[in-house]
Amino acid sequence: MDYFAQQLINGIALGSIYGLIAIGYTMVYGIVGMINFAHGDIFMIGGFIALISFLVLVSIGVTAVPVVLLLVLIVAMATTALYGWTVERIAYRPLRHSFRLAPMLSAIGMSFVLSNFSQVSQGARIKSIAPIITGGYTLFETGGFAVRLSNIQIFIVLTTVALLLAFSWLVGRTRLGRDMRACEQDQTMAALLGVDVDRTISMTFVIGAALASVAGLMYLLYYGVVDFFMGFVAGIKAFTAAVLGGIGSLPGAMLGGLAIGLIETFWAAYFSSEYKDVAAFSILIVVLIFLPTGLLGRPEVEKV
Amino acid sequence: MTDAPAPPLLTIRALRASYGKIAALKGVDLDVRAGEIVALIGANGAGKSTLMMTVFGRPRARDGRIAFDGRDITHLPTHLVARLRIAQAPEGRRIFPRMTVAENLKMGADATEASAADHAVDLERVLGLFPRLKERLTQRGGTLSGGEQQMLAIGRALMMRPRLLMLDEPSLGLAPLITRQIFDAIRTLNRRDGLTVLIVEQNANQALRLAHRGYVMVNGEITLSGEGRELLQRPEIRAAYLEGGRQRA
Repeated sequence: MDYFAQQLINGIALGSIYGLIAIGYTMVYGIVGMINFAHGDIFMIGGFIALISFLVLVSIGVTAVPVVLLLVLIVAMATTALYGWTVERIAYRPLRHSFRLAPMLSAIGMSFVLSNFSQVSQGARIKSIAPIITGGYTLFETGGFAVRLSNIQIFIVLTTVALLLAFSWLVGRTRLGRDMRACEQDQTMAALLGVDVDRTISMTFVIGAALASVAGLMYLLYYGVVDFFMGFVAGIKAFTAAVLGGIGSLPGAMLGGLAIGLIETFWAAYFSSEYKDVAAFSILIVVLIFLPTGLLGRPEVEKV
Repeated sequence: MTDAPAPPLLTIRALRASYGKIAALKGVDLDVRAGEIVALIGANGAGKSTLMMTVFGRPRARDGRIAFDGRDITHLPTHLVARLRIAQAPEGRRIFPRMTVAENLKMGADATEASAADHAVDLERVLGLFPRLKERLTQRGGTLSGGEQQMLAIGRALMMRPRLLMLDEPSLGLAPLITRQIFDAIRTLNRRDGLTVLIVEQNANQALRLAHRGYVMVNGEITLSGEGRELLQRPEIRAAYLEGGRQRA
């Protein structure tokens, strides 16, 4: 039971990270109908920018942890958002009216470009950072096994919840959110109502990238390392999470992220850590057999 | 087509448009003056909807000129045409199925520069015109009946405070009673507020009764034009109308 509780905590923290990345996949799919394969690498870029910002802040003598975290968060979100915007602008928008697979192929290309760019500019070695958020609480202890909730896990979950609240408000209550949903449902009609569709699509990439950068920051804090290749596996996992939750569904992306995080953690804890990825993908396949549109996806047929 | 009291609001000259290699508009001339209701009638596939969409650049004009209030808008991006407050209730209604009725109406209001207070007034007016929408404000657009969806599409266009309202087959698939309600609403808006309307219809009889002037389109060309009731008397219109009637049955 203690062991179970500990894995639950670990799984939720990991799942939060996957969920934040998954939102970017699902938003872009919803609005332009493509899988942005470069999104995992945007997450990686976010991790690197967070690392660089930490080092810069420390070198200029800013050491108060809350201040540092807030500044890094802002810098990482803004800079990574710019990457997301640029990728869409140069690699996807020119292909928007091309054949369906063209932007997808371009996305795979961008994925290589971003990871190689990191490799060349930052080096191929794994970069590590000293723990920034330390400490935690022992929830309970039985038979020599302590169930621990670390401060970093609290930070991850609280930040995720805050971002999700802000994000739901944006999508549900603001003009931009309404424009995004309009473009997702009928781009031509949105344009007939004065919505700048290109700008709205750009903003979708910007928001997706900003959320992924926070995931990158969390990953850096949680594992203490980043490397140029980390976007690939995390990206695939988060994409799986988006499909599991129902691609196009925003709550689904978060739910899928949590599910993948928990499956992976529990599998590694109770069976074998070598096969944890296999477990996550196997469960995806099983779910898709019975629920082809994912957990919260909507059926294809819609009364219009 | 005698001397015009008001200047043309929308001017279309020698307009050509095509889908791939298929020519849809083959040199169309059409005017809509401020305060007028103009009907564009013709059979299925004549190019009526294409003409409306070409004003918005979808498809882009191959040749010719579209001017609105003296300004050339032939090559203006779609959303900027809309922001001139040219509103369309398009073919197929195209309401947002996963937005509520209130949000659909808000999408129209967003296109204007008007204040929130003005939006509230506009909303009351639209709901006064179509009371059925009032009961459904929190319902998703996709759950409405066909007639309600049409009312929503028109209501959404009206929320744009249109200087020109374009209606594409507002009667299509609707019960006669609802069609009459919608036509009455359009007539009221025109008489009371001076709303300028371009209406596309296969239902030539009702459209020409409603309109001040009409144009008849055949195979991407305007073949006839004139005052609404006058056109209604012409034998070739009667033939076309009857033919249209058979297709609709």
